[in-house]
Amino acid sequence: MDENTIICRCSDVTLKDIRELIAQGYVTYDEIKRLTRIGMGPCQGKTCGQLVLREIANATGQNIADLSFHNIRPPVVGVKLHLIAEEAEKHEE
Amino acid sequence: MKNKADIVIIGAGISGCSIAYNLAKRGAKNIVVLEKSFICSGSTGACGAGFRMQWGTEMNCRMSKFSTEFFENANDILEYDGDIELRQSGYLMIADTEKELAQFRKNIEVQHACGIPSRMVSLEEAKEIVPHLNTDILSGAAYCAKDGFLNPHKTTDAFYKAAKRLGVEFYTFTEVTGIKVENGRIAGVETNKGNIETRIVVNAANGWSQGLAKLVGVELPLYSERHQILVTEPVEPMQDPMVMAFNLNLYVQQTPHGSFIMGRSDAGEPRDLRRTSSWHFLEEMAKTIDKVLPAIGKLRVVRQWAGLYNMSPDRQPIYDKVEGVEGFYVACGFSGHGFMFGPVTGTVMAEMILGLEPTIDASRLRLSRFAEGNLFTEPSVV
Repeated sequence: MDENTIICRCSDVTLKDIRELIAQGYVTYDEIKRLTRIGMGPCQGKTCGQLVLREIANATGQNIADLSFHNIRPPVVGVKLHLIAEEAEKHEE
Repeated sequence: MKNKADIVIIGAGISGCSIAYNLAKRGAKNIVVLEKSFICSGSTGACGAGFRMQWGTEMNCRMSKFSTEFFENANDILEYDGDIELRQSGYLMIADTEKELAQFRKNIEVQHACGIPSRMVSLEEAKEIVPHLNTDILSGAAYCAKDGFLNPHKTTDAFYKAAKRLGVEFYTFTEVTGIKVENGRIAGVETNKGNIETRIVVNAANGWSQGLAKLVGVELPLYSERHQILVTEPVEPMQDPMVMAFNLNLYVQQTPHGSFIMGRSDAGEPRDLRRTSSWHFLEEMAKTIDKVLPAIGKLRVVRQWAGLYNMSPDRQPIYDKVEGVEGFYVACGFSGHGFMFGPVTGTVMAEMILGLEPTIDASRLRLSRFAEGNLFTEPSVV
């Protein structure tokens, strides 16, 4: 596959970026995330997560099912802050 | 894993990595860093990514100035192949009460005595600096243009890589299960991956430090507490400085990447090691931002997370060796500002351990200050 392929569309991270980090010894999703911002954007890893895990599995010989993904945190999809604030205030009334 | 080391550091956040680097740079050999998860997986990796010199105690002003001057040249000093993303775009401290404003004035006197270029700003000027700031609810502000943003993951990575090049060995996913003491001095460390003989242990585990100290029968006057942050979708640049308020209880800045990160303290958090996310934080944070900086309220939150503050009674760190357990050192209790003090932590601890003349006098941060009743509380902490 072309190494300039974009793996993370939120943060413009390429396959080459991922492979270089893996080669340097960063072989957990969490480390790669923190150094590249992969999985930190609006998709929260829903697009890129599996691709990165597959690269790690291929490079280390581990089974992809044994690799850990980042913690799943709220919210599930992006929500405007003022809407949360307005709802919260409604419930207080 | 090697079974013998001169110095074992526990914790590979900014503190542990900076201590390791500073020790190795001064010629110490045979240093091992133990980390129970991955590098920067604890408090550093969950922090708010800001650094500031606007403090209320002389000690913190001096230490933050030292650290800021280091950060300004850190890419070169640490010969980093990446970029720590330093951006000195300022901190705007905002007050909504006369009492807090008076505290800012007092703080600025302390800051000026330390050569820190902070100043009071009018609400008009505050609005020029941050156009979407709701100044209607404010009474005044203080500003320092040299404060700013720094990527905690990259900065820790820079220290980690520099330490590794100097021969420091890092063992990740290696959890300390015991610390051996013989005749009142450190004799070794036990981990889930094997044992290491050593005569010096440095406890740099911040949120987990009081638990580690208990392994050698030492009670540190510290507790850990969850603090939460949220991040929005990235947008075009619209806010230069960090905006911070103690009474309104918030800090928020736009990262160089375009997202906003913001946090606040939740009253009544339990004193434990939980790092889960709470709905309560999300609601309170949303209400606060909508009130203080309404334009940011129009953005979507994409994630919230949590990290541990390791709170000391005066909200200042402890840098010391522990009486009664020869060879046991502590650098902990950072109370929410361990990341930005990273360079000073490494310098102070390395010089202490190697018996060198201190570059910065941190004796006021000794452990015994609590027993002596010699506290000096930092007034400016979120």
